[in-house]
Amino acid sequence: MSNFELLLREQAPQVLSALVRHYGHFDLAEEAVQEALLAASQQWPGEGVPDNPRGWLIRVGSRRLTDLLRSESARRRREENAAQLAAPEEFVTAGPEIDDLAGRDDTLTLLFLCCHPALSPASQIALTLRAVGGLTTAQIAAAFLVPEATMAQRISRAKRSIKQAGSTFELPPETERDVRMGAVLHVLYLIFNEGYTASSGTSLHSAELTTEAIRLVRGVRKLLPDDGEVAGLLALMLLTDARRPARTGADGALIPLAEQDRSKWDRDAIVEGDALVMDALARTQLGPYQVQAAIAAVHDTAERADDTDWRQIVALYDVLAHLVDNPMVKLNHAVAVAMADGPKEGLAVLEPLESDDRLTSNHRLDAVRAHLLEMSGDIAGARESYLLASRRTTSVPERNYLQSKADRLT
Amino acid sequence: MLLIYSNPESWASLSAEQREGLSRAHQSLGQELIEKGQFVSGAGLADPITTRTVQVHDETMSVTDGPYAEAKEHLAGFYLIECDDVDQAIAYAARMPDAEYVAVEVRPVMDMSGLEM
Repeated sequence: MSNFELLLREQAPQVLSALVRHYGHFDLAEEAVQEALLAASQQWPGEGVPDNPRGWLIRVGSRRLTDLLRSESARRRREENAAQLAAPEEFVTAGPEIDDLAGRDDTLTLLFLCCHPALSPASQIALTLRAVGGLTTAQIAAAFLVPEATMAQRISRAKRSIKQAGSTFELPPETERDVRMGAVLHVLYLIFNEGYTASSGTSLHSAELTTEAIRLVRGVRKLLPDDGEVAGLLALMLLTDARRPARTGADGALIPLAEQDRSKWDRDAIVEGDALVMDALARTQLGPYQVQAAIAAVHDTAERADDTDWRQIVALYDVLAHLVDNPMVKLNHAVAVAMADGPKEGLAVLEPLESDDRLTSNHRLDAVRAHLLEMSGDIAGARESYLLASRRTTSVPERNYLQSKADRLT
Repeated sequence: MLLIYSNPESWASLSAEQREGLSRAHQSLGQELIEKGQFVSGAGLADPITTRTVQVHDETMSVTDGPYAEAKEHLAGFYLIECDDVDQAIAYAARMPDAEYVAVEVRPVMDMSGLEM
């Protein structure tokens, strides 16, 4: 991403907030901001960046929004929506001076709005990337490998849903804020994951999603420096992304953690992530992102795979299991126990999971079982489980990896 | 991926009304999927009578008329859609009259994203 594009993206949420504060009409304002960003990306390279880029974008966005509001279709929409809006007077009282309203709460308000509970996760992600991240529909569609028309529909539908839910541009009440913050962090985590799990053989756009997710979480952290889970999520992303250069081979094949070339890991990201999570654990309220980051830090700070402190990882999974009821956490816990105490103990942890409905026909359960059976010397059983896992996964690189594990056991 | 199956007998036995209902159902389902931003692609396939089967043996290509598989049922169309989970895909499949006449298969699509084990 060029510095220039970064500048525009950083302005996007502030410009949008200013327009929504002044005019209301989140959906049309969002449209107008995209057009202002487009105008800037066409004009600034030739004419130079204006002295006050945000002011410039707000002016152009305002003009465009006024046009949109005047247009026939917008008038129709206004009439339709007048009936749906909980508090229409919100939108007729112009706010104070339009130029410099962008403040800390506005970006948060925008995030809460984009991650509204009325939306599906896929819609929350798309809207967050566009309204807060400043990405174009084309960029988001490319990153998620769907046609641009599909993504455009998803985004406009999401904006309609928010409107229908009667949401206004203000922070949710204190009582709801924790839950809503959880949704925001989860969406940012999903954006990161989408980028991180993309194998190197696919679109470059996907890798950009990890960068974008980290940028957005850094932004939230600036606003909420004392929130341990925000720090934990940022640390988790940094510590995970640090391994990206080593996680895939030249042909996009997956390389397991134990076999990665650790000299390829991003040291700076590890140092920053480690410091972040240590600080959060020491002085804030404990939460699942911090614990996951702490586990990632134990892996990342081990010189060699054999130096991994599995005891500490087991202890951290014990803590995590008390915080979240997630079968994937229990699967990882079983692996850690096997590494610390031996495969028999690991298989004992796995036992109750075999009857967990949430893991029925889940390939990760088969893969973990295969791994532990292989450690315990049950070669035939391991081979069978690897093959089953390879048939159940929908990921090409995972299938190839699991298949090769099975092949080696003949 | 939703794979719609049909067979010549069941198709022939439909009344004009049922055939119209079938196309209406697909039109409205397709429209809904597009509006929701879940539609990726889809098509109805021409009658199996139009099928050509291509095979290459010893670097020589042969083309024969008719389907490859000797089966009563044939693939009549498909939808590629993006769903939150398999249950949502199953619910869409169940809304197709084809599920009532023959069957609709729901299958995940492979992708290139993976987690290190």
